[in-house]
Amino acid sequence: MEALIVNVLLAMMMVAVVVLARTRNLFAVIVLAGLYSFLMATVMVALDAVDVAMTEAAVGAGVSTVLLLGALHLCRSEEAKPVHKPWLPLAVTAATGLVLVYGTWDLPAFSDPEAPIHKHVAPRYLEEGPRETGIPNMVTAVLASYRGYDTLGETTVVFTAGAGIIALLRRRRRAAADKEAP
Amino acid sequence: MTRDMVLRVVAKLLIPFILLFALYVQFHGDFGPGGGFQAGVVFAAAMVFYAVIYGLDNARRVLPDWLVESMIAAGVLLYLGVGFAGLMLGGNFLDYFVLDPDPVAGQHRGIFWVEAGVAITVSGVMLKIFYLFAGRGTDGEQ
Amino acid sequence: MFAHIWSHFDYWAMIFLAMAGLFIVIARGNLIKKLVGLGIFQTSVYLLYLGPAKIVGGTAPIVDTAFKVYSNPLPHVLILTAIVVGVATLALGLALVVRIREAYGTIEEDEVLRRDAQPAGEEAPQ
Repeated sequence: MEALIVNVLLAMMMVAVVVLARTRNLFAVIVLAGLYSFLMATVMVALDAVDVAMTEAAVGAGVSTVLLLGALHLCRSEEAKPVHKPWLPLAVTAATGLVLVYGTWDLPAFSDPEAPIHKHVAPRYLEEGPRETGIPNMVTAVLASYRGYDTLGETTVVFTAGAGIIALLRRRRRAAADKEAP
Repeated sequence: MTRDMVLRVVAKLLIPFILLFALYVQFHGDFGPGGGFQAGVVFAAAMVFYAVIYGLDNARRVLPDWLVESMIAAGVLLYLGVGFAGLMLGGNFLDYFVLDPDPVAGQHRGIFWVEAGVAITVSGVMLKIFYLFAGRGTDGEQ
Repeated sequence: MFAHIWSHFDYWAMIFLAMAGLFIVIARGNLIKKLVGLGIFQTSVYLLYLGPAKIVGGTAPIVDTAFKVYSNPLPHVLILTAIVVGVATLALGLALVVRIREAYGTIEEDEVLRRDAQPAGEEAPQ
């Protein structure tokens, strides 16, 4: 039953992406991207990944849409130009997809409790975690305590992105005025 | 946007609850879904909502540019500070067990400050990006 | 055969979404649409990690005395990081697109390349 819910939602996402690829109006593209993120967040809730679903809903359907709309307003571009027949990209992506299907043929089935992913370090986190860290949410415990170093790197990535965008988009008023003067 | 009465009133009703929800997600990230990233993004979303309805200048008055830029750096510094506190109290870098005589309480303390640092940086970055994108079209039009 | 396809459907959906995102990146010329396609490609990879983590009949990895079976928390942590890094790269890419628009006057890739190929001084940027 849960597999049915997940697979139906995944099919809806596939339809949304196909429509997105064919749409030329950029505003519609951005709204479809928000819809895709929302469906992805729902799939994540169905997969019991509630922290990830909240982050994806806030970041993907929220912040990404705002940033894309802001960029669209600044670029003032209405539509993408009509494309030539994309036979070569279609062939390349189809071939890569077939190779990937062949590669994932023997991966564990959906919701297999005997999969190797559940054997190594995850049972230790689930059993020792509440006793060692004292908090029930295992995702926060692993994120902030067991793998805290990775989270430090991630915060630095966010900081670097912010610094990069400030460097790209900050206006120097005096220099702009000098460039304007003929 | 400021002339539309319905939007202004609904924004006035909703924004305090959105900010409260951001704080809830931050502090209850230990007991339910949530944590630093989600709380930072929700806080930035509340400020973006305010800026869209009441104007970018009013938002800049509430959270000026220098404050947002300081927030971006302060979160990372707070995270590093927790790491170095572990070093100075005798443990390893980012060791939470030494932050308190009781190791579990030390973990609580470490996780609390680390998540706070993450939330500050994430909300600062998201808000600064919005300020830059929204403020670019208005000043210095070519 | 059908049971095998049904039990691996999440991998195949992930492959389809990733290839659709890749197609948008390489076949479409508008820079904003390329960035959206890149975002779709990144997001589809999350499915590859979160699919195997789920156990039917279990619950979210928040430990409580009422439940015995939990989903694997380790992929959740990795994907949380990946989502935030994805939005950081999207924001940087959009900042670059805004600057390209200001320098070239267009965000269509073939127009930008055409302007670049012209000798300097013939077409002054606005």
